[in-house]
Amino acid sequence: MFQLIWNGLFVGSFYALVAIGYSMVYGIIKLLNFAHGDIYMLGAFLSFVVLGGMTGILGIGNLPILLLVLLIAMLLTGGLGVLIERVAYRPLRGSPRLSVLITAVGVSFTLEYAVRQIWGPNPKVFPIRLSGDPIEILGARITVPQIVLMAVAGLLMWILQRYIMHTREGRAMRAIALDQKASLLMGVNVNKVISRTFFIGSALAGAAGVMAAAYYGSIDFLMGFVIGLKAFTAAVIGGIGNLYGAMLGGLVLGLLESFGTNFFGGEWRDVFAFGFLILFLTFRPTGILGERVVERV
Amino acid sequence: MAKDAVRLPAPKPFIERPPQLSGLLAPGTFMKVVGAVLFIAAAVLPFITATPYIISILTSAFIYIVLAMGLNVVVGYAGLLDLGYIAFMAVGAYTSGILTTTFGLSMLETLPFVVIACIIAGVIIGGPTLRLRSDYLAIVTLGFGEIIRITANNLKITGGPSGVHGIPTWSFFGWSFSDGLNLFGIHFNSKVLFYYFVLFVGIGLAVVAVSRLGRGKMGRAWKSVRDDEDVSEAMGINGYTTKLMAYIIGAVWGGFAGTLMAGHLSAISPNSFLFLYSALVLMAVVLGGMGSTPGVIIGALFVSLAPEFLREFSEWRFLLFGVLLVVAMIFRPKGIWPANAVLPFLKKREIPQIPPTAAVSVVGVLDDGTEDDDGDAWVDADADAGADAGKEGKR
Repeated sequence: MFQLIWNGLFVGSFYALVAIGYSMVYGIIKLLNFAHGDIYMLGAFLSFVVLGGMTGILGIGNLPILLLVLLIAMLLTGGLGVLIERVAYRPLRGSPRLSVLITAVGVSFTLEYAVRQIWGPNPKVFPIRLSGDPIEILGARITVPQIVLMAVAGLLMWILQRYIMHTREGRAMRAIALDQKASLLMGVNVNKVISRTFFIGSALAGAAGVMAAAYYGSIDFLMGFVIGLKAFTAAVIGGIGNLYGAMLGGLVLGLLESFGTNFFGGEWRDVFAFGFLILFLTFRPTGILGERVVERV
Repeated sequence: MAKDAVRLPAPKPFIERPPQLSGLLAPGTFMKVVGAVLFIAAAVLPFITATPYIISILTSAFIYIVLAMGLNVVVGYAGLLDLGYIAFMAVGAYTSGILTTTFGLSMLETLPFVVIACIIAGVIIGGPTLRLRSDYLAIVTLGFGEIIRITANNLKITGGPSGVHGIPTWSFFGWSFSDGLNLFGIHFNSKVLFYYFVLFVGIGLAVVAVSRLGRGKMGRAWKSVRDDEDVSEAMGINGYTTKLMAYIIGAVWGGFAGTLMAGHLSAISPNSFLFLYSALVLMAVVLGGMGSTPGVIIGALFVSLAPEFLREFSEWRFLLFGVLLVVAMIFRPKGIWPANAVLPFLKKREIPQIPPTAAVSVVGVLDDGTEDDDGDAWVDADADAGADAGKEGKR
């Protein structure tokens, strides 16, 4: 029982990390960034390359090196997120939502199959596999890497929360989320802030990708697709556009999946998650923490 | 004395417009003729070359057209982004596949069940989510596509990962396509017969019905909801039922295409219904031109035939498709052949320059007695203002 809860929270913290990016971008420019899950996948692949180079030089791979790689991968994926926004989304700002959504699907496709062309369609084995001796806590088997990864995820989320709620740039983000035009009139550099949002969101997704790769030990070019869907589900459950909602939604989804897998079997896990999403939207479309959206004409 | 009242004549237009084109060059007639010529060309093709390869890829391409026409109702007319459209094809294909192989029904008899199954699927997925705005719908349909695929992969009745095999081709009251047909001394084998069936019944029905639906009352309601949902609700259109209707019709169309596909390939498996294929159909609609019948046909032919022509590039095609989607949206957001496309030869019709109106010089005498030498300046200013206003509105 406690094992189930622990597994759920562990998986949920990954979901939350990816869901935050979804929620941030949606909150600010009302765009569902379909490519977000693929940034997660790219994070895993970039860290795969960086780690390959590093273990070549240093000859050994361990947890501190992984954390260094995590930072590098975050910077790279963040930069990539900014680039994508610049190339694909910025020219379409102000065009119908449908066009932007289709562009996002196109970007997602491009990333997936570019990775497939570079690294091939078969799964790759990640050079570092984190596995430690399990500790028994309340009858659950918990490994040290799990605790470290969860701590990293929690730390990243805490930094982000401080950043958005207590800095000038964070305030600009919140202002744009409320009213883009008005904040432009008040002297906020909207383009810059949106770029920054993409950077942060993508960096977090990249971090989640690296951590998942190190934990599960294998990466492939389609790994971002399902996680993108799950993260969106998490964001919706928590109330999309709401930062705390994304975190909460990730944990809730992780727990749900963990229990669902236990009751229905692993092959029905994704069906359970998406079915829950549809059911949830029927009854509470704004999510747990989301407020009612009033459409203004 | 209403009878004796002076009837004011309508003001004459400032400029004489060129007469409407008539005859063969009128846009409507021209498109119909082009369509008919292509249709006849497709119909006589098996007499010219009937290699199984060509017949087979063309049949697939035609089924893609049927599928894309269905998605065109959802995406093009009603403006609902459906990223799991292939799921409806899966529902149709599996329904007919299972009913024919395990229950021994003929393909024709499975059609009512396919329609019912697709309506149910459409209501299940559209019912709860169409009350929300389009973003949710996009990702929920994506999830729905995955649900259908995983379910088909895990159930026993759908054959699990290996799918359903040995699906018979279409048969009508005891006579099946596999019997072949001798007509005027020419033997038609089952593949050619199926090709004709898809061409006449599938495409004929899909193209005519969907383009007529789009022009009817329901179609106009769809388009108004697509353009502005709030305003169309204010005009008395029920946005929810209108969208649900589009969704259900699209679903039934997808199911029909799935039934055709099951008959064509005689085997289906969950791997035929990956997200990839949903994206490809979407690609056909978007690249061709959302809401435009000729555009969607072009798009569907491109998506289904391009990999055959570019065999050595087939590894690259999904990457290429992704880039094309982005580029198309940035540079040609309405597609190759948009719904309001102007035929190339009509672009040559020039509308003569509007001469400055005579009235201007009459009011152009200023108060201090000097003549306003730039009499039509205010016209220009007005025009500029108008253009600016237009830009504002677009933004």
